[in-house]
Amino acid sequence: MTPAVVRLDRVSKRFRVGAFGRQELLAVRDVSFELRAGEVVSLIGESGSGKSTIGRMILRLTAASSGTITFDGTDVTGLRRGALKEYYRRAQGVFQDPFSTYNPVFKADRVLAMIRWSYFPDVGEQAWRQRVEDALAAVNLNPELVLDKYPHQLSGGQLQRLLIARALLLDIKLLVADEVISMLDASTRIDVLNLLADLKERGLAVLFITHDLSLGNYLADQTVILRRGSIVERGATTAVFGDPLHPYTRTLLASVPRLGSKWTDEPLDPGPCRYHEVHPEGGPPLAEVAEDHFVACFRLHEGRKCG
Amino acid sequence: MTAPEPVSGESGPEVAAVPGVATVRGTGVRREALYFAVRNRKLVGGLAVVVVFLLAGLVGPLLVGDPLAYVGPPAAAPSGEYPLGTTTFGQDVLAQLLHGLRATFLVGTVAALIAGVIGMLVGFTGGYRGGLVDEVLNMITNIVLVLPVLAVLMIIAAYLQVRDVLVQAVIIGLFSWPWVARAIRAQTFSLRAREFVDLARLSGMPVRRIVFREIAPNMASYLFMVFILLFGGSVLFAATLDFIGLGPTDGISLGLMLNHAKQWSAMNLGMWWWFVPPGLAITAIVGAMYVMNVGLDEVFNPKLRET
Repeated sequence: MTPAVVRLDRVSKRFRVGAFGRQELLAVRDVSFELRAGEVVSLIGESGSGKSTIGRMILRLTAASSGTITFDGTDVTGLRRGALKEYYRRAQGVFQDPFSTYNPVFKADRVLAMIRWSYFPDVGEQAWRQRVEDALAAVNLNPELVLDKYPHQLSGGQLQRLLIARALLLDIKLLVADEVISMLDASTRIDVLNLLADLKERGLAVLFITHDLSLGNYLADQTVILRRGSIVERGATTAVFGDPLHPYTRTLLASVPRLGSKWTDEPLDPGPCRYHEVHPEGGPPLAEVAEDHFVACFRLHEGRKCG
Repeated sequence: MTAPEPVSGESGPEVAAVPGVATVRGTGVRREALYFAVRNRKLVGGLAVVVVFLLAGLVGPLLVGDPLAYVGPPAAAPSGEYPLGTTTFGQDVLAQLLHGLRATFLVGTVAALIAGVIGMLVGFTGGYRGGLVDEVLNMITNIVLVLPVLAVLMIIAAYLQVRDVLVQAVIIGLFSWPWVARAIRAQTFSLRAREFVDLARLSGMPVRRIVFREIAPNMASYLFMVFILLFGGSVLFAATLDFIGLGPTDGISLGLMLNHAKQWSAMNLGMWWWFVPPGLAITAIVGAMYVMNVGLDEVFNPKLRET
C-alpha cells in the first residue's frame, strides 16, 4: 500500500461563540483518517457537519485546535510564512462557489498570474504562456475563451476548471475539492468529476468533500461519513456503501431519492452496536469491524443507548 | 501602442455572455482602468474643475499682491481694477480668494492624507487580523471618536501661540480618522471572509499584499470617496475653527473669508462679491470631487460600465 500523503490524527476544532467568546462549539471532534497518492477520499456529511472545516484545516486556512495534520512526514499545523508557502506548492484547494473565489475587480486569469508571481518569478513570458496553455488543455478549456475575461463573463464550470488548471500549474500532490460541483448544473458536473478522476490517475491525492452521496460513490476509493464533527463510519467505498453499518449511514443512504420508488419512513434496525462488540470497554473513537471498515459507537445522541 | 479595441462579452459560443460589459483585450488591469478613466465624462469633468481651482490656488497667489493689505476703496463692487471687488476695509477679494484656495487645498490635502493613512492602517490591521489586535485598535478608535475635539483644540490653541495653516491641517487630520478606521475595518471584515482571500493565501501571497492587492481594490472607489469626504470635511472643519478664533493666526483661507464676510454683515449690506466666490469655490471643489467619485466607481467596477 502506498504511503499516506496526508494523515490526520485526532484533529479537533473548537470555535468560540456567543458574547465575549464564552461558549465553545466543537465543530470537529477527534477526526483521524489518511489520504494516499492516487486515491480519492470522499468526505460526506450533512450541512454543518464540519466537513469544510476539515478541508480548511488541511489547507491551513483555519488553525486546528488540537491534533496533528501530517503532510509527507511534516506537521503542517504549525507552518508559517515561507514554510507555508512551500506547502502550498504541493497542496492546493478548489472551493464551492466559483464566483466568490475570483476577485470580482480583476480578470479571471489573474489567479494563474498569482501563481507565477509567488512561485515562478523567473519563468519567461513565452515559457509561462506554454505552461498555462498546457494546464488549460489538461482541463479542456480553450485559452481563447477563458483568458482575458472577467469572472462574471465566464460560466461556473469554466471558472471551476480554471481553478483546477491553476492548481495544476504547481506540482501538487494533494487537492482539496470542497463541494466543487454542487454549484454546477448536471451537464458540466460530469466534466469536472472526470477531471478529478484524471487527477487521480496522475497520482494525486484528492479529498472530495460533498454532501451528495451518489457523487461521492462515483469517484471515491475511500469514504468518510461525518456527523456533527465526528466520523461515524469510514473505510473502502465498496464497504461503506455496500454494507453500511452505522445507523446514521443507513439513514443517510435510505434518504437518497430513487427513481420509481416512493420514499417511506420505515424504521431501520441497525442491530446491536458493532463498536462495542469490538471494544466492550470503550477505546479509540472508531472500531475496525472488517478489513478497511471502521465504525463509531451506534449511539446517535446523548441519552440514547447504543444498540 | 495601438489603441485597444473594446470587445463586448459575447465573443465566443461558450462564454456566458453578459451584455453591456465592456473589456479591453490583451491589456493589464491598470492600462484598462486608464482606458475607461479617460473616457468617463463624470471623472474627466470633475477632474477638470478640481484642476482649474488647484491651478488657480497654485499659480494665482504669484500674480496678486498681499491678500490682507488695504489696497483699494472700501466695499467696492467688482470692477475692471478689482475683478471681485473689495472688502469693507478695501482688501482685494480676488487676492484673498486665490490665497484662500491655496490654504484650502493645503488644509484639505494634508488633513485628508493624515486621517486617511491612519484610518486605513488601523482599519485594515484590525479588520484583517481580528482578535486581540482588533479589540485594542477598536478601543483606541472609539476613544478618539468620542473625544470632544473642540475642547481639545482650545487647549492646543492655548499652548500654540502662532498657528499656521499646516499646523491646523495636522491637528484636523489627527482627529478625523476614527470613522474611516471603523468603516474600513467593517468592510475588511466582510471581504476577508470571501473565498478569493483564501485563494490568495493558497497562492502564497504575504498578508500585506493580500490586504493591498486583493481587499483594498474592492473598495478602491470607497477609499477615494474617503479622501473626498475627509477633504471636504477638513475644509469645513477648518472654517469652523477659523470662526471660533482657533484658525491660523497668519494668512487667509476660504473659511476665514466667509467668516469675515459674515462678521462684517456682508450679506445685509448686499456685498455678494465677498461671500459668494469663496462659498462657490468650496462647493465647486467638493462637488466636483463627488462627481469624480461616481465616475471612478464606474471605472473600477466593470459591472457599472456603460458600453
